[in-house]
Amino acid sequence: MTEPLLRLSGLTKAYPGVVANKDVSFDIGRGEVHALLGENGAGKSTLVKTIYGLVKPDAGTMTLEGQPFQPSEPRAARASGVAMVFQHFSLFDAMNVAENIALGMENPPPQAEIAAQVRTVSDQYGLPLDPDRIVGELSAGERQRVEIIRCLLQDPKLLIMDEPTSVLTPQEVDILFETLRKLSAEGTAILYISHKLEEIRALCDNATVLRLGEVVGTCDPRQTSARDMAELMVGTTLHVPAKADKPAGEVILALSGLSAKAPHRFGTPLRDITLEVRKGEVLGIGGVAGNGQDELVAALSGEMKTAKAMVSFKGKTIGHLPPNTRRKIGLLTAPEERMGHAAAPDMSLTENAILTAMTREKLTTKGFLHWAKARSFAEGVIAAFDVRTPGPQNAARSLSGGNLQKFVIGREIMQAPEVLVVNQPTWGVDASAAAAIRQALLDLAEKGTAVIVISQDLDELMEISDRFAALNEGRLSAPRPAKGLTVEEIGLMLGGAHDMEVAHVDA
Amino acid sequence: MLMLEKRPQPSRGWTFATPILAVVLTMLFGGLLFAALGQDPLVTIRTIFLDPLFSEFAWFYRPQLLIKGAPLVLIAIGLSFGFRAGIWNIGAEGQYIVGAICGAAVGLAFYPMESFIIFPLMILAGAFGGLLWAMIPGILRVRFGTNEILVSLMLVYVAEQLLASMALGALRNPDGMGFPGSRNLSQYESAANLEIIAGSGMHWGVVTAFIAVIVAYVALSRHIFGFNVRLSGQSPRAARFAGVNPSVLVLICMAISGALAGLAGLFEVAGPAGQISIDFNVGYGFTAIIVAFLGRLHPVGILLAGGLMALTYIGGEIAQSNLGLPIAAIQILQGMLLFFLLAVDVLTNYRITWTRQVA
Repeated sequence: MTEPLLRLSGLTKAYPGVVANKDVSFDIGRGEVHALLGENGAGKSTLVKTIYGLVKPDAGTMTLEGQPFQPSEPRAARASGVAMVFQHFSLFDAMNVAENIALGMENPPPQAEIAAQVRTVSDQYGLPLDPDRIVGELSAGERQRVEIIRCLLQDPKLLIMDEPTSVLTPQEVDILFETLRKLSAEGTAILYISHKLEEIRALCDNATVLRLGEVVGTCDPRQTSARDMAELMVGTTLHVPAKADKPAGEVILALSGLSAKAPHRFGTPLRDITLEVRKGEVLGIGGVAGNGQDELVAALSGEMKTAKAMVSFKGKTIGHLPPNTRRKIGLLTAPEERMGHAAAPDMSLTENAILTAMTREKLTTKGFLHWAKARSFAEGVIAAFDVRTPGPQNAARSLSGGNLQKFVIGREIMQAPEVLVVNQPTWGVDASAAAAIRQALLDLAEKGTAVIVISQDLDELMEISDRFAALNEGRLSAPRPAKGLTVEEIGLMLGGAHDMEVAHVDA
Repeated sequence: MLMLEKRPQPSRGWTFATPILAVVLTMLFGGLLFAALGQDPLVTIRTIFLDPLFSEFAWFYRPQLLIKGAPLVLIAIGLSFGFRAGIWNIGAEGQYIVGAICGAAVGLAFYPMESFIIFPLMILAGAFGGLLWAMIPGILRVRFGTNEILVSLMLVYVAEQLLASMALGALRNPDGMGFPGSRNLSQYESAANLEIIAGSGMHWGVVTAFIAVIVAYVALSRHIFGFNVRLSGQSPRAARFAGVNPSVLVLICMAISGALAGLAGLFEVAGPAGQISIDFNVGYGFTAIIVAFLGRLHPVGILLAGGLMALTYIGGEIAQSNLGLPIAAIQILQGMLLFFLLAVDVLTNYRITWTRQVA
């Protein structure tokens, strides 16, 4: 066997109270597309940061092309040919593409030269990108291309990609995969981190699965089913939400010509949204982030007031009502951002229960709080939704993202809403918790609640929705039955996304 | 290398320990300061912190503690609501002045009539005056998005000019031989804020301060209003999601702090100060900011902090007269207290760890 490009042997890293990586070893060959799988907190990030020189391991060694590899900082890792595309972009909105790329260089050549290089690389790898455009005007997919091209200009031997497709439309994913396959064919190894098992099956040659910091298995993703990989990740049998067919109920929530100005400079205006939601149905709303999801949720929760007639609930116009009045009549929401929006990080879970349940659970009399009642409500949520925490007296910020998400979703479900609007219900939540949350939403719909799920995860939406609609630049497409929709049709509904053509690669 | 590591949740122990640590550090560095001024640090610290309570003249100083502490506590309680909600009214001094002017004006308007109704009317007028002055930055912020820190602070200087003009003009004592300053309210029985128990320093302002502490405690820990105030300060977005109207909250918090500052002004002008004069205000409104933070914005903490701050005022005066210490040194000491408090505050949310330098 030929010598691998990168060999990890016995990497261990412990933080106070938690072992992030324990004796992790595996090889990545030249040109190999290697998947790194694992739930949140399985140690993927720590491992990748170790390879990229951001974390120094407690024990273990790495070799790159047979030479000892101990990058002390990202600059050293880059110099050795390791590049990384982060999940969160580090780009300046007000500068153009070429300027942004120059900022990441040690000795940037003149702008014109960078622009020429960007054009060459973008042609070569089928990544359409104009170096003179301002980054603030680019779509998420195009921003990612800036990051990828920034890496490719260094001519890397290993490219690390952290959850690259979470912000992309299906068409953009196709473009990205073409590029990655071409890179791999040229001998660049790719370490690909993702939750999305079908993608890994489509793209990767090998997969290493981490659980609680340890390697629990390796597999050939092309030969392994997504379900088997998920079970390897979770360590238990995965429960797939069951959905029963049922006749549609009466219309409970209606939006008619809902329009609103963007609430802030980087917001999206809502444009003439018309929609009817029926009792007992799950309506999935897809779309790439930043196309009006937050604004739609705010208009439904009452945080953003609209004209009276734009929102009606059981035939009554409620567009002007504040959040707690809407809660009283049975319209509940769970926004996307857990910390600081759905929950106050420094407050206890009991206090966070009061935050939205005050009205419906009658946690106050004449404004005086019933602490005992609030505590038992919080305890109920913790028990029913398997929130891992020592108790309701703990601060919200002490919970992991997934656990807090279970708490904030559970808090709304336990109040028995008539309409529940959730934005990104399983964002950053591990596979088993995500399945539990989806099941809870389906159970709620079963009881007759109308559930609106806004998500960027199309697989999730297809799994639980009765009808599907897409948000694009503040406009909502007409909802269609989810059953039988193809990926192409969904892509077109998400539509208007930039650069719809699949890359033409001259391979 | 010293590192700060964020605690998963705020430490309860340090929440109580940081004010004490800040006081100790202040004594330590204050002592160094006094030593640099050529004083015996131990004697100076003892004079400031212990003599008002335990010296042979303590019978004189102890009532002073209540008289100086009451306005501080009253104002600080009002400020604490706004500070918790992220609304920075630092112009309490101005609201204190305007409250005193309005309250005194009502009292003087009745002179020389005697009636039990006069003092309650003055109290209402005082609270209203302070509230009115605080509404200016409040409404400007809600309506036009101005910065309440700047506006409330600048209004202090406007209030001082108003005070001077009142002392020299409209409210000047007609029988005062042309000297600036109003009639002495403490000598006008119906308008006087008299001691409830003679010689104890316990006047109506002290009683009001205690009531304010209790009401604030209940509101903050048991009532949805206090909950919304805390929520707004910690996570404004979550507060809006919980149904709090930020504009209304700004106005209510400004109103509370303004009214309590106005009350403090009224009790001062009708009692210990006695009259509207050019130099009526002595900085209680600013010192109350330190008191509010020293007390961790908690009503009971504010009560204790108000007592401590009053102590440094009285102790400072003793040190000034007995040891010839400049008044600026006392002000530095008070400033140090706030400085150290804010500095050690980091320990509540972070722990210090020692790690080896990573290569």
